[in-house]
Amino acid sequence: MSSDQSSGYLPRDRAWQPPALAPDYKSSRLRSPRQPLLILPTTLSEESGPVFGHDVIGPHDDDLIHNCAADGRSALGPRILVHGHLRDQSGRAVPNALIEVWQANAAGRYRHPNETYIAPLDPNFGGCGRCLTDGDGYYRFLSIQPAPYPWPNGPNSWRPAHIHFSLFGEAFAQRLITQMYFEGDPLIPLCPIVNAIPREDAIDTLIARLDMDAALPMDMLAWRFDLTLRGRAQTYFENRPEGL
Amino acid sequence: MTDDDTRHESPSQTAGPYVHIGCLPNWSGIAGVYAEDPGSRLINADTRGERVSVAGRIFDGDGAPVLDAVIEVWQADAAGLYPSPVETRGAADPNFAGWGRIATAFDSGEFRLDTIRPGRVPYPDGRPQAPHINCWIVARGINVGLQTRVYFADEADANAEDPVLSSIKPRARLDTLLAQPDGEGGFRFDIYLQGERETVFFDI
Ligand SMILES: [Fe+2]
Repeated sequence: MSSDQSSGYLPRDRAWQPPALAPDYKSSRLRSPRQPLLILPTTLSEESGPVFGHDVIGPHDDDLIHNCAADGRSALGPRILVHGHLRDQSGRAVPNALIEVWQANAAGRYRHPNETYIAPLDPNFGGCGRCLTDGDGYYRFLSIQPAPYPWPNGPNSWRPAHIHFSLFGEAFAQRLITQMYFEGDPLIPLCPIVNAIPREDAIDTLIARLDMDAALPMDMLAWRFDLTLRGRAQTYFENRPEGL
Repeated sequence: MTDDDTRHESPSQTAGPYVHIGCLPNWSGIAGVYAEDPGSRLINADTRGERVSVAGRIFDGDGAPVLDAVIEVWQADAAGLYPSPVETRGAADPNFAGWGRIATAFDSGEFRLDTIRPGRVPYPDGRPQAPHINCWIVARGINVGLQTRVYFADEADANAEDPVLSSIKPRARLDTLLAQPDGEGGFRFDIYLQGERETVFFDI
């Protein structure tokens, strides 16, 4: 059997993805290309991508509650477990994929040189973490629930609570950064960054669901957040005999 | 969508102004969580190939440098081989990472990539592509990461037959993808998000 990989990756569905220019998100006004993107088939340059092994991941990288805390201490805030399934557009699990996350602390403050919000830093919280999906495409990490925070967009703009996600698949073409929101947050429909996404059903896929079955009793709540990366174009000759 | 089994890709969201926390924590002042920032070393002393540096800035529609962007690069080794399981033409240089991640400086917006000149990689139809570095740019205000490529202005013959460069219309925009020798042994590659000199970005 041979598999024809020359058909490359499916093009991004630009009606599903946010446009470059979303005027209500002010920062996009001067940072959005105005010329149409040049559409081309993927080549080996985009169909290949870096591989990250378990050797690059430290034992506490997936535990934001402790990975920046002093010995015996832990980050302040509601303890949470975030988990989900990473698949591509054809439903295939994406194993051994690097997922990087970053977030504000339980007061809505980032640990960053350009951060100006008055809310306090937590000396035991850094806000960065990472993990690899397992052989079946599942991931999990531990953290604290981030708080909403104000930002300089409109006169009174607040981000819904969120965790930033950076995802690698097998191909550079699949590279994706997105944000995870929390089910029930009343700030979600008010956010111009969220609303840059043109479709309600697309926004819904970025909202994690409370997952009581995965919660750890007397320890932490759990949130389920599944993700989908670009998939390969249909390979019509997938099952052709060798030599044809 | 033509296939009922095809799912939607997760929607992209901006990396925001604090992307460094998750992607380059040491660089942004968070020490002790990761031993080193991911993508900080493309090459080492044993990497094969000609050393090149590519430096530049990213400019917004007002001509102001973007001070909070992260650029990821992915390129072939000096022989044109990718260090990836998808590479079937041979084994890439074990001393070459292929993937790198750099930030624009908070004060000047300047970025600098230290790497090797990549070899040529085939297009799907077998024609050789000119040496290029694939770039993916994320920042506050960028809703979906921007894909572009760095080509080298001193590769005139290879550039002239490159299938990707050849598809750029009008031809004048092709210049936006050419890193220019800086006269000191390095290359200069400025990126324009908008305006007269808007860089060619790909949906690829
Ligand atoms: Fe954020």
